[in-house]
Amino acid sequence: MTDLTKLTIAEARDKLRKKEVSATELTQAFIDAIEVANPQLNAYVRTTPELALKQAEESDRRLKSGDARPLEGLPLGNKDLFCTKDVETTACSKILEGFTPTYESTVGSNLWNAGAVMLGKLNCDEFAMGSSNETSAYGPVVSPWRRAGADGQLTSENLVPGGSSGGSSAAVAADLCLGATATDTGGSIRQPAALTGTVGIKPTYGRCSRWGIVAFASSLDQAGPLAKTVRDAAIMLRSMASHDPKDSTSVETPVPDYELALAQGVKGLRVGVPKEYRVEGMSPDIERLWQEGIEWLKAAGATIHEVSLPHTKFALPTYYVVAPAEASSNLARYDGVRYGLRVEGKDLIDMYENSRAAGFGKEVQRRVLIGTYVLSAGYYDAYYLKAQKVRTLIKRDFDDAWQSVDVLLTPTTPTPAFKIGEKLDDPMAMYAQDIFTVTVNMAGLPGISVPAGISVDGLPLGLQLIGKPFDEATLFRAAQVIEDAAGHFKVPQRWWETAR
Amino acid sequence: MRVDETTVRRIARLARIKISDEDAKSLEGELSGILDWAEELNGADTTTVEPMTRVVPIELKKRVDEITDGNIADDIVKNAPMVEDHYFVVPKVVE
Repeated sequence: MTDLTKLTIAEARDKLRKKEVSATELTQAFIDAIEVANPQLNAYVRTTPELALKQAEESDRRLKSGDARPLEGLPLGNKDLFCTKDVETTACSKILEGFTPTYESTVGSNLWNAGAVMLGKLNCDEFAMGSSNETSAYGPVVSPWRRAGADGQLTSENLVPGGSSGGSSAAVAADLCLGATATDTGGSIRQPAALTGTVGIKPTYGRCSRWGIVAFASSLDQAGPLAKTVRDAAIMLRSMASHDPKDSTSVETPVPDYELALAQGVKGLRVGVPKEYRVEGMSPDIERLWQEGIEWLKAAGATIHEVSLPHTKFALPTYYVVAPAEASSNLARYDGVRYGLRVEGKDLIDMYENSRAAGFGKEVQRRVLIGTYVLSAGYYDAYYLKAQKVRTLIKRDFDDAWQSVDVLLTPTTPTPAFKIGEKLDDPMAMYAQDIFTVTVNMAGLPGISVPAGISVDGLPLGLQLIGKPFDEATLFRAAQVIEDAAGHFKVPQRWWETAR
Repeated sequence: MRVDETTVRRIARLARIKISDEDAKSLEGELSGILDWAEELNGADTTTVEPMTRVVPIELKKRVDEITDGNIADDIVKNAPMVEDHYFVVPKVVE
């Protein structure tokens, strides 16, 4: 018997349809794998094996009777930012401890209605604020990847899986689910994908409903999948995306069958390479990889064009004004009255202040304070309004680029994965992780990260493709070409199985 | 932009987060650093630029103003830390 957890979504789908494996067997294989791995990797904050087996049973019934749905019997992980009916949802914050929604997020409903099985809730940075999954109230996620030492053996140092969707990326890379939901406000799908050798796509703003997802920065947040292959990400996104009357920013536009786009290739596709993305401090590995990516696309028939996105240098400071401003406003709801943690005080305001001081972690407090500051009287114009104007310029850069190219190719991150603890006390160094990804959120565009190589010390690296609004299909086409050329990058050794 | 301790305390009060003396000190430096960074935005000429309001140029959808939901008081108070009947309970605000 092959190890069922190593299957891709596409392979598992075939095996289920051919009755070579049952949804129950497949689900049980993941439940067993999680039990072994989770004490070491901390990817799941809550597992739901009973629910999963119940869903799998229904899937087996449907597979037998021939009315299988698109994701029938496929076990997935669900980021803890997605509200789950009758299953505790905390956004990995102490302030939401014990919060059990009475409703399901739209993206979640779409997946379960398509037949997918939920294995549990995945760890993430608190309120999705972080780039390393170290701000979680449940502790950091440990990446399944480890550096190779000079002797070629794996070192024992624990690395970050990226963030904020670090539980999602680690779980997919360690075969603890077939695929996972994730969210991306400044890079939280693509950066963890790059750091773990997985594929992650942030679709166009408005493609997936935000309803039932714990809000961080509402004008930037988007849901998307993290998966093992480009095809798997295409399969998942098709089911996750929908128009939703409950989210006024969700767009009423048909969701194409992205799988059909995969074989279309890139012949004649115009690929832009933004010159401003050659930044200082970029690792030589990433430089080399970027050049390789250019050669692969060229060899497949694409044409390469240098483009300029002159306002790129303003992207990070713009993001760190706009995102905290929206966060401070969104997080005002956590007051110890309607849900979540409450710490009593001498009066109402004291109770608010005590609850929020005890419930929010350090990074969340930092961002709420920054956001409060830039929105406060006397500073609103200088910071917030200014940032929203610069955001217009950043979007305009992309609009101009689309006059001459169809898609942009960039690195996903400036460096491979780093050690746990390495950047935790230096917010500015942590924020720099998102240098290549934030612009995409600022402009509402779709972006995909696809694994493309390995660093000198054996860690995965990713390339990012950025597309025109609602043109995810072209991203999947180009990503497939890169994947075909680069191959797949699997964790070399399941050290967590022997370390017990 | 230098943020002093008084400003940190004022902001924390506005944000309804109680901070210790020790936190106030370290936040002074951290917030100043981030705001210094935001000052870089002054390098962008925005004199004729409109602030962004939404990334996708579509009109905000409207619906008929009608009741489509309701009678879920149990659900609404289900996660509240303190409830009496269907009311949220807060510390006394008026004498």
